[in-house]
Amino acid sequence: MLKINNLHVKLEEEDKQILKGVDLEVGAGQVHAIMGPNGSGKSTLSYVLAGRDGYEVTEGAASLGDLDLLDLEPEERAAAGLFLAFQYPVEIPGVGNMTFLRTAVNAQRKARGEEELNAAEFLRVIRARAKELNIDAEMLKRPVNVGFSGGEKKRNEILQMAMLEPKLCILDETDSGLDVDAMKLVAAGVNALRSPDRAFLVITHYQRLLDHIKPDVVHIMADGRIVQSGGPELALEVENNGYADILKTVA
Amino acid sequence: MAVAAVKSDAATDLLAAWPLPSGEAQWASEARTTAEAWVRERGAPVRRDEYWKYTNPSTLTALPAPEAAVFDASDETPVFDAVDQLRLVFVDGVFDPAQSDDLAMEHVEIEPLGSALAKDIHWARDLYGVLEARGQAPVARPLAALNTARATEGVVIRVTGRAAKPIRVFYQHAARESDALVRHLVLVEEGAEVTVLENGPAASRFNQVMEVEVRDRGVFNHVRAQGRDHERRAVTGTFARLGREAVMKSFTLTVNGRLTRNESVVEFIGDDAVAHLAGACTGEGDFHHDDTVFVTHDAVNCESRQVFKKVLRDGAVGVFQGKILVKEGAQKTDGYQISQGLMLDDDSQFLAKPELEIYADDVVCSHGSTCGAVDETSLFYLRSRGMTRAEAEELLVLAFLDEAIAEIDSAELADEVRGRLAAWLARRRK
Ligand SMILES: Nc1ncnc2c1ncn2[C@@H]1O[C@H](COP(=O)(O)OP(=O)(O)O)[C@@H](O)[C@H]1O
Ligand SMILES: [Mg+2]
Repeated sequence: MLKINNLHVKLEEEDKQILKGVDLEVGAGQVHAIMGPNGSGKSTLSYVLAGRDGYEVTEGAASLGDLDLLDLEPEERAAAGLFLAFQYPVEIPGVGNMTFLRTAVNAQRKARGEEELNAAEFLRVIRARAKELNIDAEMLKRPVNVGFSGGEKKRNEILQMAMLEPKLCILDETDSGLDVDAMKLVAAGVNALRSPDRAFLVITHYQRLLDHIKPDVVHIMADGRIVQSGGPELALEVENNGYADILKTVA
Repeated sequence: MAVAAVKSDAATDLLAAWPLPSGEAQWASEARTTAEAWVRERGAPVRRDEYWKYTNPSTLTALPAPEAAVFDASDETPVFDAVDQLRLVFVDGVFDPAQSDDLAMEHVEIEPLGSALAKDIHWARDLYGVLEARGQAPVARPLAALNTARATEGVVIRVTGRAAKPIRVFYQHAARESDALVRHLVLVEEGAEVTVLENGPAASRFNQVMEVEVRDRGVFNHVRAQGRDHERRAVTGTFARLGREAVMKSFTLTVNGRLTRNESVVEFIGDDAVAHLAGACTGEGDFHHDDTVFVTHDAVNCESRQVFKKVLRDGAVGVFQGKILVKEGAQKTDGYQISQGLMLDDDSQFLAKPELEIYADDVVCSHGSTCGAVDETSLFYLRSRGMTRAEAEELLVLAFLDEAIAEIDSAELADEVRGRLAAWLARRRK
């Protein structure tokens, strides 16, 4: 489903290379986790896949299915089924959460040539999804992420994911800032979406999220590269020994 | 020619362009004479005047009035149509009784200006030209004085209780060349309450003045949506005086129009009163929009609030001149003012001149002004959820303007304005 080949990325404004040859393949139905120390390039990878400005791809390729991702506008990638749950969800004063979600859902449906959801249908679906994530009606009315706690922001990301039903879900440190209960909610939200034709790329700093979202493959990223890949046991190794040991063996 | 001579010649021409009405009550003739003398003394406004530094008034004073193509609005529903209302229609600035509702409403007296000025209506006498004249210092507003000197169209409204529904003044623009002077008087008696709605493009050039007196504990709500004819020009003046515990809320939405200058002059004369003035505008290209506000606190513990937002693109110009004057003894004044420009490209301009002048020591006054582009991070967030750049930008524009729209007290009217604005933006996107 997602194929990344020798991806090199530098900052557009500065002469700073951040990704130095990332190779990664995530098949449909799979969950891959990426772990790695701060500053290793995990968020950059997710932003480049989602199409954020400010980065320059100097080498390599990334595709979703048979679509070359890097040529597309962010909204085209979204319509093609890519979703990024942001590490730092953006606050948008003045835009109601509900309006935001409805506009997004319908924009994607329109882009795919599907019929737009009417207000009643939309309301029915969002109420059910929000309930599962413990998001109350008040949170749906408030402006997008404004005044939300860290946990509320992350749950709101998962709600968007649930509403948009993407093919490839990238979760960038969705567990950071969550207490155990909130993390369980988020994990349950993600697990509910797991299906044979959907793939997940879960970026996390800690192993504990992976207790709840069981990955098929764990990758360790360091200094702009994936330096080691393995099964779930690799996450446990990180948890017990830190990154230092792994990085030493790789070096 | 010297500037003074240019000003005075232009004033003479403007006064000559409209006939002096005859057969009016003596008080009306006297008010006209006083106003005419003021127009001659101060002359017509020119760009060189400090108060017109950011807005060139030449097309507001030129004769004949510049033409303006009439926008075909037949394929959409005008704003406020869904609101239960008493409707008054003006076509090119002339009252049209045939299209208007019956003027009778409980607790409200409504009369066309022309007939009111022929009668001995004592309250109208105490108001007509009076608030406008008070607003002539410290800055002259000769176009408002011209309105007092010559306007024969408009309505006078006296409210003695709670009006059951809003009075809606609907301005239709019919002729390519139409030069309209329209004058309204509103008296809200003690404890009375009324909402006045205005919308429509009015004329190719529109000079409108409204004098509003809100007596003790009275409430005056004013929501206006200025018409969308691309080429029309308008200069408006709202002159209000508020008594004790009176409340005034005035909001204006402007979409399109080549030139708009909205002046608001508000004076607090009774304690514990509140005035909120807000405006949202969006324009592109040959679009110049000016909000000029002057609030005078001459009473204790009054609250004034100004919230003005402008979205500009393609060389459009937005101007805000806002002043809060706190007179000696006006203690416990709470004055707030914010003006913000959102530039959708590098060609547009937002010019702001916020001013505070304070002669009392126990007051809280603040003002701020910002000007910036659409936030790129927000844009990316919205686009990453599937919205096109245009859709995302539109949502952010609506959000930006909503802070001004939220100043409207009535949720129903605020939603009317939101709906209209969203429809206008969506239409432009196509
Ligand atoms: N827009 C940017 N401007 C400057 N430095 C950046 C920018 N984006 C990323 N970086 C730098 O790139 C490196 C990788 O960052 P990031 O992708 O956020 O890592 P991670 O998510 O793994 O913590 C860091 O050194 C970070 O400071
Ligand atoms: Mg990160």
